[in-house]
Amino acid sequence: MINVRDLTFAYPDGTLVFEGFNWHVGAGEAWAVLGPSGCGKTTLLYLLAGLRRPKGGEVWIGGERLVRPRPGTGLILQDFGLLPWATVRENAALGLRLRGFYGPDGTHAPRQASGIAFTASAVRAQVDPWLERLGLLAVAGNFPAQISGGQRQRTAIARTFVLAPDLLLMDEPFAALDAPTRESLQNLTLQLRAESGLTTVIVTHTIEEAALLGKRVLLLGRLPNRETRIVENPDAGHLEFREAPSYASVCAQLRRALEAAS
Amino acid sequence: MKPDGPSQAPLERSSGRTAGVGPPGRPRADSRHILGSFPAQVALAALALVLAWEALALIVRRPILPSPILVFQAFFTGLAGDLGLHFLASLWRVVASTALAVALAVPAGLVLGQSERLNRVFTPLLYLLLPIPKVVLIPVILLFLGVGDLPKIVIIFLILFFQILVLVRDQAAGIRPELVHSVRSLGAGRRALFRFVYLPASLPAILTALRQSVGTAVAVLYVAELFATQRGLGYYIFLAGSTLFDYPKMYAGVVAMSLLGLGLYFAVDALHRRLCPWQFVG
Repeated sequence: MINVRDLTFAYPDGTLVFEGFNWHVGAGEAWAVLGPSGCGKTTLLYLLAGLRRPKGGEVWIGGERLVRPRPGTGLILQDFGLLPWATVRENAALGLRLRGFYGPDGTHAPRQASGIAFTASAVRAQVDPWLERLGLLAVAGNFPAQISGGQRQRTAIARTFVLAPDLLLMDEPFAALDAPTRESLQNLTLQLRAESGLTTVIVTHTIEEAALLGKRVLLLGRLPNRETRIVENPDAGHLEFREAPSYASVCAQLRRALEAAS
Repeated sequence: MKPDGPSQAPLERSSGRTAGVGPPGRPRADSRHILGSFPAQVALAALALVLAWEALALIVRRPILPSPILVFQAFFTGLAGDLGLHFLASLWRVVASTALAVALAVPAGLVLGQSERLNRVFTPLLYLLLPIPKVVLIPVILLFLGVGDLPKIVIIFLILFFQILVLVRDQAAGIRPELVHSVRSLGAGRRALFRFVYLPASLPAILTALRQSVGTAVAVLYVAELFATQRGLGYYIFLAGSTLFDYPKMYAGVVAMSLLGLGLYFAVDALHRRLCPWQFVG
């Protein structure tokens, strides 16, 4: 699904973040990217999202070389990225409206059989089931400023899943939320993943979150990142893993690896 | 790489002159009391002003400050006749120049706001042009554009254009990159970003610029209408006051001009509530 080949990237001030970095993510895999702040986690995600261009090397996703954001990739950010002037329903429908705006051009929207309507009612028919599923129907007419942080992130999730992505990139998606909300959204992520089988990459600075959501964990550390350090975590990926004995041992293993890396 | 700001960050990175969230200007109405509604408060304030005016007129007792009763008589008599026509002439000039300013300044502001390179090129120019009092250009503009509506429209346009341009530019430049990133990741290219992000994000700035400009626009309208015209409230006021010495008529013109400004102000306010409902909730 993802092939990062010989990637080199530097911040505008010249600091090298990645140098000759290689990474492979298979289709349907669940990855977590773990590292201290400033280690380039978010940069890596933005590179995968096509929002940053590598200085050297290539990023391939789904068999195509990435040069711009790819229609099949969903991106969920810590600060939700919702339009403050649009209601929950309008925000959830934004991706579909953009596809209607461009038509199936293969660049901004997937090339697909024509005949898919983007009329208001057709969009609503696609969006509302997701709002219902994520418990947002009651606040569908509210603006982001009127709903809780958890509801905002659910709106961002609805907006992404309405587009049926095959790759989901998440950047510290639950870091700004309180513990119970964070846990319920982690569970939701696991459920949605189990149902759709999509490839996921979640960037986090929390060891527990990486252990829960990543069947494989990529560790980033001191700049520039050159080698690919991976911790295998095959038992992750289901709700009960939090209580499993292996969960604690994986957390300990990740903690040790993180300390060694930084 | 990523700012560690609060998750509920406002639309702008820094709080500029434009309000981020929340109704600007107007106090929140208290619906429990009949005088709590905003129009009622404005009506009450108008009544207080008229009473103060009447008291002042009684004290001064000179033709230069007639009683508001005389003035309102002249106003309503005039409204059906020439005053109404002058009002419409002035209204047309203000509305036309405002529409022209919005139509040209908004796209320019949006382009400058999202292109750092263009902004760097044009900022020094704007820096020089913005503080120039455009009113002083009236004789020059009259010389070039002659009599008629066009020079008046152009001079008001010039003033509004720069105010709107700067506010829209700052608003567009202040949009959080995370918002742009997430909308780009949904497939938006430059065109869609303009349509779905930059334009709606700048609407409050446009309306703030208009609200700030209404007073200036009407003041400049008065000055512009002193020259080379026989239509408009500026001409009407000047003629009644300085040539005919008909003071009630002159004040009727002043009332008409104030109502013009007030009406425009309310119109902008209503437009703001209609176009940016998200700023008036929560």
